[in-house]
Amino acid sequence: MAQYKSLFSGSVGQKFTMGLTGLFLILFLIVHVSLNSLIFLNDGGASFNAGAHFMSHNPLIRVLEIGLFAGLIIHIVQALRLTLKNKKARPLDYAVNGGKFNSTWYSRSMGILGSLLLLFLIIHLANFWLPTKQALIKNTEHNTYTNLKQVFEKGYIVALYLLGVASLFYHLLHGFQSAFQTLGLNHKRYTPLIRKAGFGFSVLVCALFAAMPIALHFNILD
Amino acid sequence: MSNGTMNLTLKVWRQNNATERGRFETYNAQNISPDMSFLEMIDVVNEHLIQEGKDPIAFDHDCREGICGMCSMYINGRPHGPKQGVTTCQLHMRSFKNGDTIVVEPWRSAAFPVIKDLAVNRSSFDRIMSAGGFISVNTGNAKDANTILIPKDDADLAFDAAACIGCGACVAACKNASAMLFVSAKVSQLALLPQGQVERQARVLNMVKQMDAEGFGNCTNTGACEAECPKGISIENIARMNREYLKASMD
Repeated sequence: MAQYKSLFSGSVGQKFTMGLTGLFLILFLIVHVSLNSLIFLNDGGASFNAGAHFMSHNPLIRVLEIGLFAGLIIHIVQALRLTLKNKKARPLDYAVNGGKFNSTWYSRSMGILGSLLLLFLIIHLANFWLPTKQALIKNTEHNTYTNLKQVFEKGYIVALYLLGVASLFYHLLHGFQSAFQTLGLNHKRYTPLIRKAGFGFSVLVCALFAAMPIALHFNILD
Repeated sequence: MSNGTMNLTLKVWRQNNATERGRFETYNAQNISPDMSFLEMIDVVNEHLIQEGKDPIAFDHDCREGICGMCSMYINGRPHGPKQGVTTCQLHMRSFKNGDTIVVEPWRSAAFPVIKDLAVNRSSFDRIMSAGGFISVNTGNAKDANTILIPKDDADLAFDAAACIGCGACVAACKNASAMLFVSAKVSQLALLPQGQVERQARVLNMVKQMDAEGFGNCTNTGACEAECPKGISIENIARMNREYLKASMD
């Protein structure tokens, strides 16, 4: 009997959506951080600009970009729906709550961390995505590397980006392994490996993301 | 403290019924033996309240040996108190210090409405069980139990899941008041055994549907349920339930 409707509805189905879109966004992060790392080749941004040009002009990437925004929006909308349902499930909160004895603070704060990430993302898109799009519409060449250097001249922007990366770190730290658990991938032998991989991934990705504004702000790269 | 007994201050949630607003009342529990269980300590407080012509604190309890799942107090921010792997009836007063202030609340969940004070109505769990927590059996004489072969690993996992006493501590501890640990334990127990195969797919779909209808929240994999479960039920069961649900949804 076809029960496919239940696949994406109800508490378990909605969680599948969260896990799948989360993993999809993680795949995007791998692409993003790889391209960012091109600045560390220290070639005056030539490789980085070539990468940025490819990402903004390739037709396949254009289609994937729509998919990426769709994935992000589904992840956010579903999170909001689930959060509202969860609030209704406990109308009156405890006077004393010992959450710290049974779970990590970041696993309990995914909504707040996600909201901080969203705020960061809006600023981030305004800083870099929007100028690229404007150049594309005007059909002018956009030097993303120069754009980067200009944005990260300001100390408060660097601080803001580091805060965004910190939110991402803790969001990933819980989200990476949580997605596997939600999709039913829990195994005595593999779950500890998934947890370690999730930790390693979060550290590596966030360290690379954080290194970029720091390196540009302090002119560590030529 | 005299003769090794303890004096404690209790802040207990008092609520007359499901609709009325509740409030905290403060009581002094005096001359409490450290060897008493938490429930026996409340019994002593209640005896004094009755002697004073006051309304005793209503709370659930039955076997008082940690196997029935009736006791259900949220003590100092944790279901069944500060000790791991025990129910409130197995929690002894030696786990507290003389002069401590202890805050006692009921399980807080929309699906567990307060009956009175610390007693909550957990019949939502019964309705989830009615939706799928059963197996088909043939009528007639009982067969020899050993005619059905079960791999040892499966039998062990099913037994671990079957240790769930349905107390609701998982719901109480979860920041989302989710019942997934309870439901997944019941789904796992039966899905792992040959006897549970007939209703296997319908069971997981119907039990999850009923869980949602009762107004429980959603799992965010914080692991609080597993940490607070008096029977040590693992969140591996939640992953198994999700797999069962995925398979049943795609069939």
